[in-house]
Amino acid sequence: MKRHYITQKIGFAALILAALVVIVPILIVIGIIISRGIGAINWTYLTAMPQDGMKAGGIFPAILGTLLLTLGTALAAIPVGVGGAIYLSEYARDTVLTRAIRLAIINLAGIPSVVYGLFGLGLFVLFLNFGTSILAGSLTLAIMTLPIIISSAEEALRAVPTEFRTVSASLGGSRWQGIRHIVLPQALPGIITGVILGLLRAAGETAPILFTVAAFFLPSLPHSFFDQTMALPYHLYVVSTQVPGMPLEMQYGTALVLLALVLSLNIVASIIRSYYRRRREW
Amino acid sequence: MPQTKIRIEHVNYYYGQTQVLKDVTLDVAEKAITVFFGPSGGGKTTLLRLINRLNDLVDGTTLEGNIYLDGRDIYNPEVNVPELRRQVGMVFALPLPLPGTIRENVLYGPMLANAENGTQEDEILFRSLNQAALWDEVKDRLDDAASELSGGQQQRLCIARSLALEPDVLLLDEPTSGLDPISTAKVEESLFKLKQDYTIIVVPHSIQQAGRIADEAAFFLMGEMVEHQSGEKIFTNPQHKQTEDYITGRFG
Repeated sequence: MKRHYITQKIGFAALILAALVVIVPILIVIGIIISRGIGAINWTYLTAMPQDGMKAGGIFPAILGTLLLTLGTALAAIPVGVGGAIYLSEYARDTVLTRAIRLAIINLAGIPSVVYGLFGLGLFVLFLNFGTSILAGSLTLAIMTLPIIISSAEEALRAVPTEFRTVSASLGGSRWQGIRHIVLPQALPGIITGVILGLLRAAGETAPILFTVAAFFLPSLPHSFFDQTMALPYHLYVVSTQVPGMPLEMQYGTALVLLALVLSLNIVASIIRSYYRRRREW
Repeated sequence: MPQTKIRIEHVNYYYGQTQVLKDVTLDVAEKAITVFFGPSGGGKTTLLRLINRLNDLVDGTTLEGNIYLDGRDIYNPEVNVPELRRQVGMVFALPLPLPGTIRENVLYGPMLANAENGTQEDEILFRSLNQAALWDEVKDRLDDAASELSGGQQQRLCIARSLALEPDVLLLDEPTSGLDPISTAKVEESLFKLKQDYTIIVVPHSIQQAGRIADEAAFFLMGEMVEHQSGEKIFTNPQHKQTEDYITGRFG
């Protein structure tokens, strides 16, 4: 008996240790970013243009750029991703082709982001002649986000019991009516989670926007989706490696803004999710 | 002799290589309760699901033979399948309320058919819930979640949901298998009322239930339809040895 008890204690201790190994570094990183960056945050920093070779002023163009890029990514990736997931989950039969598609999606999720950047440069910037633009950057980020959205949305759709589809059909519903009225509303919390996770990854990426949209410095804000823009992740890279004599506080300030942006998107997602989950009644 | 509502002619049915229905021929009488009974694996549920083409949703199946509803071949490519399913309602073994309120459940079918409008809605709600013997229990809580009802109430809600479409035929697959005796009695009671207007086919969950409700009865064994008689005859004086052995409890 006693031996078991000790083994159990050791086991628990190991598990707690494993959890701490994950959580503590994250907390330390967040703590450092907040404590070193908070001094830079003020109204000017958030709303003004950069000045003095970016060593003073604000980072508003980068914040706006990241928001625009995320919006563009959402517009491109959500309809295609959710549509693809509906097709795979509800319409496609289990054939060699669909299995190949699923395999491709899994593999796409594992491709390094810089490869997406080069792909975007080749396809959108050069071949389709969009130039380095928000459009090209958004589409590149969208392609990178698609595997995440498709696989999580498909999983959410499959989690809806088959019986609901059968019942809907038995009441004279077409396949689409069953999806539209029963399956999609039930799968929505899961789909939203997947979409937000994908968008968050897109918002924080540097490599895919490096060749397709991001500007080192722009004197004015973008006027259309065909303009270049600054963006937070790339700006962070620039101010921490490319600008000599950059005040440390401003570097951490940029990191803090990016972190806060991603975190607040995450919180919004949780709120939407719990709202829909409360409405779910089975 | 009652009118024939559904004619099943030489139906063979296969899941992949496995044959689950073997040359089944059967006439189903109009405005009466016909039961399909027999040990499990006999093909009763499969035949039921063929009558409103729900088995279309299953891949890898083969159907031979014909099924006629009012003399019309329901597997004719020109048949509008959603329309057929509105005409032939289905109630499943487990109560499966859709997510949403009682009202939404009843009105789901009519909503898809675009048949309802504001004034008809209340009428449909009252008529179908009343026919399913549920109206008195839920009339004050139509906007409560359907999942809050008891199992027996949920199953009557599922019957009401089918009735909301004013079908001709009602198929019930072991509708009382998960219910207590009181709820079972209520469901059976509503079936007795309904048979005046509807053609009803029930796969009963026990031989006793088959005896209680059957006007007509067909005995299924291993995919074959062994015997089809009036309920009175088949349970008192079965013609086939296998039927007798099953009814008297020698196997099953």
